[in-house]
Amino acid sequence: MSRKNIGLLMLLAGVAMVFAWVVMTQGPLAPVKVTVDKVQTGNLANSVFGIGTLKARHSYNLAPTMTSRVKAVLVDQGDHVVAGQVLAEMDPVDLNEKLIGSQRMVEKTANSIQAATAQVSEAQSRLKMVSATVNRYLELRGKGFVSQDMFDAKQHEMNAATSALTVAEANLAAAREEHARAQADMRGIGKARAQTRLISPVNGVVIARLVESGSTVAGGQVVLQVIDPDILWVETRIAQQQAGQIRVGQTAQVILRSRPQAPVAGKVARLDMVSDAVTEERIVNVLIDVANASVGEYAEVTIKLPEMNNTRSISSAALKRIEKQNGVWVLLDGRVQFKPVRIGLATINGQTQILEGLNDDDTVIVYSQQALRPGLKVKVVSELVRS
Amino acid sequence: MINLASRDILHGWGKFVFTGIGLGLLIGVTLTMAGVYRGMVDDARALLENAGADLWVVQQDTLGPYAEPSNVHDDVSKELLGLPDIQEAGNVTYLTMQIRHDGKDIRVMLVGYEAGKPGEPGYLVAGRPIYQSHYEALADIKTGLSLGDKISVRRHEYAIVGLTRRMVSSSGDPMIFIPLKDAQEVQFLKDNDALVNERARTAANPAFNRPGIPGLLEAIQASQTSSRFVNAILVRTAPGTDEAVAGQIARWKHLEAYTKPQMDEILVVRLIATSAKQIFMFLVILAIVSAAIVAFIIYTMTMNKVREIAVLKLIGAMNKTISGMILQQALGLGLIGFMVGKFSATLWAPLFPKYVLLLPGDAVSGFILVMLMCAVASIFAIRAALNIDPATAIGG
Repeated sequence: MSRKNIGLLMLLAGVAMVFAWVVMTQGPLAPVKVTVDKVQTGNLANSVFGIGTLKARHSYNLAPTMTSRVKAVLVDQGDHVVAGQVLAEMDPVDLNEKLIGSQRMVEKTANSIQAATAQVSEAQSRLKMVSATVNRYLELRGKGFVSQDMFDAKQHEMNAATSALTVAEANLAAAREEHARAQADMRGIGKARAQTRLISPVNGVVIARLVESGSTVAGGQVVLQVIDPDILWVETRIAQQQAGQIRVGQTAQVILRSRPQAPVAGKVARLDMVSDAVTEERIVNVLIDVANASVGEYAEVTIKLPEMNNTRSISSAALKRIEKQNGVWVLLDGRVQFKPVRIGLATINGQTQILEGLNDDDTVIVYSQQALRPGLKVKVVSELVRS
Repeated sequence: MINLASRDILHGWGKFVFTGIGLGLLIGVTLTMAGVYRGMVDDARALLENAGADLWVVQQDTLGPYAEPSNVHDDVSKELLGLPDIQEAGNVTYLTMQIRHDGKDIRVMLVGYEAGKPGEPGYLVAGRPIYQSHYEALADIKTGLSLGDKISVRRHEYAIVGLTRRMVSSSGDPMIFIPLKDAQEVQFLKDNDALVNERARTAANPAFNRPGIPGLLEAIQASQTSSRFVNAILVRTAPGTDEAVAGQIARWKHLEAYTKPQMDEILVVRLIATSAKQIFMFLVILAIVSAAIVAFIIYTMTMNKVREIAVLKLIGAMNKTISGMILQQALGLGLIGFMVGKFSATLWAPLFPKYVLLLPGDAVSGFILVMLMCAVASIFAIRAALNIDPATAIGG
């Protein structure tokens, strides 16, 4: 064979080898690439994430108690108000006149009491005189100076005077009752009159002015909203699966939409007893101290959970769920095998606590290039995706 | 006996090899085309495999989330769990949309799923699964996103925490997975302008804004902004019971339930049928063109050797020997062409924007077809060679 032929044969052999290499490593016959990891032991720090809206802890809706027309709204949105300040007034219609009428009635009944008192004293005086006369007649009758007939007449006079006193006393009591009733009426009308004023219950800020002067509002319809701006919290919605470990007092980090670069420290202040059954979330209120925040603002809350010490964990990506069974693929002599495990908590930075099912020296497959099946041959690489 | 074909090839091997490479590139294109078709089918199947479900429960009288719009209330999944033989049920939403990242648009299928339920991607190639209940996302590497990237979808920014591979929609768009609640918001919550308009429209409606009923309007407006719909419910059943369960669901729940083979049929037969036919047409044309080229090349090569063949005939070579030489050359050309074709297809397949799946079976049948084609194509050349008059060797 000539040199040219040998060269050509070698070239052909080379081409065939490259071809075989391409078929074996690039195509579907190539082994699946995976990355592996060992079970780790250490501390696990976890946190829970939720979203919520910024709200005032105390919010007051001011509304008239009965349907009425708004006479004046004295404050505007954003105004600072103090406790007891009149914020709005309803039109009292005829309440002022009714109040004057009832005052007159009180005066009138007071006079009635005076008249009744005078009648009582007159009746008393009359009874006193008649009873003295009757006593005298009793003596005279004993000695036979007066007739039985005359004595009986005097006796009747005394009975009549006693009855007259009772009547006068009853009249006095009635007049007093009447006076009390008139006073009560007057107070009632006074209170109704006072109800036409909406008064701030706290030192706070007006956050909504919903109705203007001249409008007619139904009883209970909100005219103004006042909040206490010093105590703000984020009403946070936490998915039920993650809400189990949250306790009052845990610290949190809150990021408000308006200032994403400046996280605010917060503290869990209240856990609602009742979860939202529809969205399957629990409401957790996280108090924050922040100035000039707008109520209703969107916020992201990360609540820090207590650290777990000396815990065995694997990368969460390694955990698979096959046929309702949690487990991991472990590497045995270059082939994979599924091992069921019992897991604990999963942390937000990608570690899952392993309670049982894995030995410390097991090699766990974290990432794979495609779905694994038992007995599959794999090739371990350091990473599948260049970061 | 000496082999005439190898002698002839060695005589002008450069021409022969380069012709083979040229043919090979054409065969490579043909193989790639077949790979594109296989890729389309595989994309559709990957979608089904990734869902990890035995049953797709969708709105009544629709073909399911991949072929038609379908809306189901999300609490239906809990009702389904009460049925016998249903092991797991998970809500999913699918929405094909455009997202912007680094100034360029990426077309993706946004998938909303519930962690730990069917619909979750089966394996990752980097990062971790979603653990926060909001604003985290898993992206397919085909999106070009990497870990830690932030993408903005509608109102919110999502952090990429994990990467998947081969998670694509039936049309090959890479998937982005986000928590179900976020996905519901993306799909069903309107933008701000629409919300403001909607509120104004509701407030203008006297039926909703009645005097003397404080709070009615607010209540109605609040109810308009919440959405409790999903596109489908993925169900895992006890082994072998999927058809019975599907029947139960269709009968009693007034929903449609598709088993995996049914869904496969919808996706592969109905959805990509036209594209598949298109590619098949290309494949046929390419095959014909390749055959024509092989025939043409062999014919030219034979015609260039008219004198030599005439001499062979003169010295008494048999027809069998001459046609064997031409056939062997054609097959050799086919072999080189196939190797170059397979090699180039394997190398350039990953560069294609859509998935190209090269199956070993296709390669084998492709090889047989190429050889057959070359054999057939050599018939003209053989015929021409046999017709050569031995006198040509001496004549002008």
